Amino acid sequence: MSDKIAVSLTVNGESRRVTVEPRRTLGDALREDCGLTGTHLGCEHGVCGACTVLVDDAPVRSCLMFAVQAEGARIRTVEGLADGDTLHPLQQAFWDHHGLQCGFCTPGFLMLAVGILEGNPDIGEAELREALSSNLCRCTGYQNILKSVLAAAAAMRR
Amino acid sequence: MSWVGRRLPRYEDPVLLRGDGRYVADLARGALAMRFVRSPVARGTIRRVTAPAGARVITAADLTDVKPLCPRLLRPDFVPIAQPVLAAGRVTYVGEPIAAVIAGSAAEAEDLAEQVEVEIDPETPVVTLDQALAPGAPLVHDAAKNNTVIDTGLDAGEVDAAFAAAAQVVEFTFVSRRQSAMPLEARAALAAFDRSTGRVTLSISAQAPHMVRTGVADALGMPESELRVIAPDVGGGFGQKVPTIPEHIVAVWVARRFRCAVAWIEDRLENLTASFHARDQRLKLCGAFAADGRLLAVDADILCNIGAYGNMPVTAALEPLMATTELPGPYDLRAYRVRSRGITTNTCPMAPYRGVSRPVITTAMERLMDTAAARLGLDPLDIRRRNLISSFPHHSLTGMVQDAGSYREAMEEAAVMIDLPAFRARQQAARAEGRYLGIGFSVFAERTGYGTPTFSARKMEVTPGWERVELAMDASGNVEARIGASPHGQGLKTTLAQLLADEIGVEPARIRVVSGDTDRTPYGWGTFASRAAVIAGGACKLAGIKLRERLAEVAAQTLEAAASDIEISDGRVVVRGTDLAVGVPELARAAYHQSHRFPAIAETGLSAVATYDPGGTFSNACHVAIVEVDPATGGVRIERFAIVEDAGVLINPTIVEGQIHGGVAQGIANALYEQVVYDDAGNILTGSLADYLVPTMAEIPDLEIHHLETITDASITGVKGVGEGGAIGAPGAVLNAVVDALRPFGVELFEMPVTPQRILELVQNRVAPP
Repeated sequence: MSDKIAVSLTVNGESRRVTVEPRRTLGDALREDCGLTGTHLGCEHGVCGACTVLVDDAPVRSCLMFAVQAEGARIRTVEGLADGDTLHPLQQAFWDHHGLQCGFCTPGFLMLAVGILEGNPDIGEAELREALSSNLCRCTGYQNILKSVLAAAAAMRR
Repeated sequence: MSWVGRRLPRYEDPVLLRGDGRYVADLARGALAMRFVRSPVARGTIRRVTAPAGARVITAADLTDVKPLCPRLLRPDFVPIAQPVLAAGRVTYVGEPIAAVIAGSAAEAEDLAEQVEVEIDPETPVVTLDQALAPGAPLVHDAAKNNTVIDTGLDAGEVDAAFAAAAQVVEFTFVSRRQSAMPLEARAALAAFDRSTGRVTLSISAQAPHMVRTGVADALGMPESELRVIAPDVGGGFGQKVPTIPEHIVAVWVARRFRCAVAWIEDRLENLTASFHARDQRLKLCGAFAADGRLLAVDADILCNIGAYGNMPVTAALEPLMATTELPGPYDLRAYRVRSRGITTNTCPMAPYRGVSRPVITTAMERLMDTAAARLGLDPLDIRRRNLISSFPHHSLTGMVQDAGSYREAMEEAAVMIDLPAFRARQQAARAEGRYLGIGFSVFAERTGYGTPTFSARKMEVTPGWERVELAMDASGNVEARIGASPHGQGLKTTLAQLLADEIGVEPARIRVVSGDTDRTPYGWGTFASRAAVIAGGACKLAGIKLRERLAEVAAQTLEAAASDIEISDGRVVVRGTDLAVGVPELARAAYHQSHRFPAIAETGLSAVATYDPGGTFSNACHVAIVEVDPATGGVRIERFAIVEDAGVLINPTIVEGQIHGGVAQGIANALYEQVVYDDAGNILTGSLADYLVPTMAEIPDLEIHHLETITDASITGVKGVGEGGAIGAPGAVLNAVVDALRPFGVELFEMPVTPQRILELVQNRVAPP
């Protein structure tokens, strides 16, 4: 397992070159090799979605993708959402509508929601609920997460 | 305008939203990694543990200077069981830690752990209650005869006479299957030895860092002062992260032994199989009713499968004791007999989990009420009206004093919210179309915010209770509030800042609440048992009053007025009836830099300490669920879920509602989805989130919440706790609704979770009348 492979990727607009074991997941590479610990690992078997990041604009569970598969890809993580002091509309909406409690699932939900809303800004509530059911939250009962994403969708359309 | 009562956005959030939160795993870069080798066998004797050449592997043989964990109750009906930190000789459940492997990275540690050979002579395990209680059953621990670690009970009032006089006796056995709290962040520990001081800093995902410090120091025989415990951002806990665990102790032992930093980051398989479980209970419940629905007596036999060991310091007796005392719940019961036992098995140990037994006993009692109502031809509301406590304080047969609440009003209000008559009409119409809708009510009392006056009745060797708060205003007029309580995601820092803002007279943005660091905060007990807002909040109020008085002294001297004429709010100080005014920052600066002018506060400066240790207060609520059951698939869809909750004064209603939302989601999960499944050999079959079914946004409905606000004198802030109620009330409402929906099929239901397969079994071969 010691034969490491160099991988070039763009993370939040910055070029990164990491040297990883072939078995290194993208999630581990972001956390350990790039120092971006905002992406959380909740189950490491692709169910909870806490580790969701955007790979070439598509929501991906970073625990189920190897870092070497991300060669040349454009990765976005929670650390890249805010513009300086200005929160992304989704971050702002989660704050305004109590869309988080312990915050552990939050980066995954934010990145999932960014992917959904960028792909379909006019998504309806029922379809949105279905799409957001990809990820697990244990604290909020989901109600305020849905409310937050609906509010952000409205703000992003303006 | 008061800060208490406002829906303030949480101060905790921006950091978490930016991904800048710091959970234990985020702090572990550069540390060695520790991986536990866990028993693959539920019961047996360890013959040999062989480590791969060159690997650093710790076993029980290395830990000769480490004391076992032995949580105790100081009562004769409790059998203390000592748990070796690493299995020594015997293994008693699948997942029990046998060895710890230390390596440079998590992947390397995992590789090496797989190469550790553990030879065990397996024996037939005791997995279920029936196996444990069978005559001649093997003993899990020799000290626990009949595999029983506690056998307690109560016999109060004229129970036999009540049964003899009853118009209707309802008897059933209610089963709650085993569940996991499943915090999204699994457990974690990072122990770092500091060569310059010889101390260890233990960062853990935890709810009670001070208790863990005591527990680890005791096990290792080291002074507490050599250990600093930090709970940084914590990704949920719900009770699972209260205890001191072997993994904490091994981590600190390794850090001291090798003068290093070492991290254990639990994975999901470990969390689901080898962390704590809860709610594995079976109750035989017998209720005697008068013809008018009055509950004359309850006779209960409660069995709790508590797993292989207790938990430190709560003990394995937690669920049986809670069930014994709190089974009557919101009902005025005059005759009650109960036997309650904790039964040890070769399964994962139990810890507190949101609600602790009350989700089970409340659901059983609410099923009792609905079953009796159906047999007596009464409306489910009517039978509850005849039995709910309506005068306060209420002295229960079990020794509880229930302070003012709104048990009856909450139920009546909930019935109005849901529009019961309209639902009944809709239900009839739906049945005519072959659709099955049902409604279920669940009323409960939630004992919250109790300190040593209540905990001491359990006779715990470690008796939790009070909370202490230290306030210090700095020279710029900002306040640091150091609390012993330690939040794990609830928004406690915002909650307490709002409360303190009113008491001190500064804006909440000027108040920084510091928690979760034993070097920085006074000893305290943590967040569990719906206690932090009540008890840490009460201590904040008491300390805030003192600090305000001290500030008023400085103001009076500065403005040449009587202290009693000083008014302070939102950082402005005025003399009543004058235009004399000054800002809090100016006063704070003076108090520090012109201190010779203020001899009245020479001793304390602008600081204050207070402790609060109340007997407890009861929240109450009524939950109502409307469900549709599809008899062809067994599927249950929750159409509406309404709650009338009385948690007294609400400091931040949005945060309170968030607690209810999360609790109800876990309660729905308990009712319909989640169960830990063991096979006959004691292996867990639900070791992933693909098997242990945590509900998603597609299953959990939006909740409708209405607040009542009974003012109690049992809590000095008027606040009642609210953290567990959602989980306590929801399962009963869902189960009663499912039974109501399936009434045409004549289905009875006394178990949870009720899965689609189970519903199909129940309705099979039964035909609903047209």
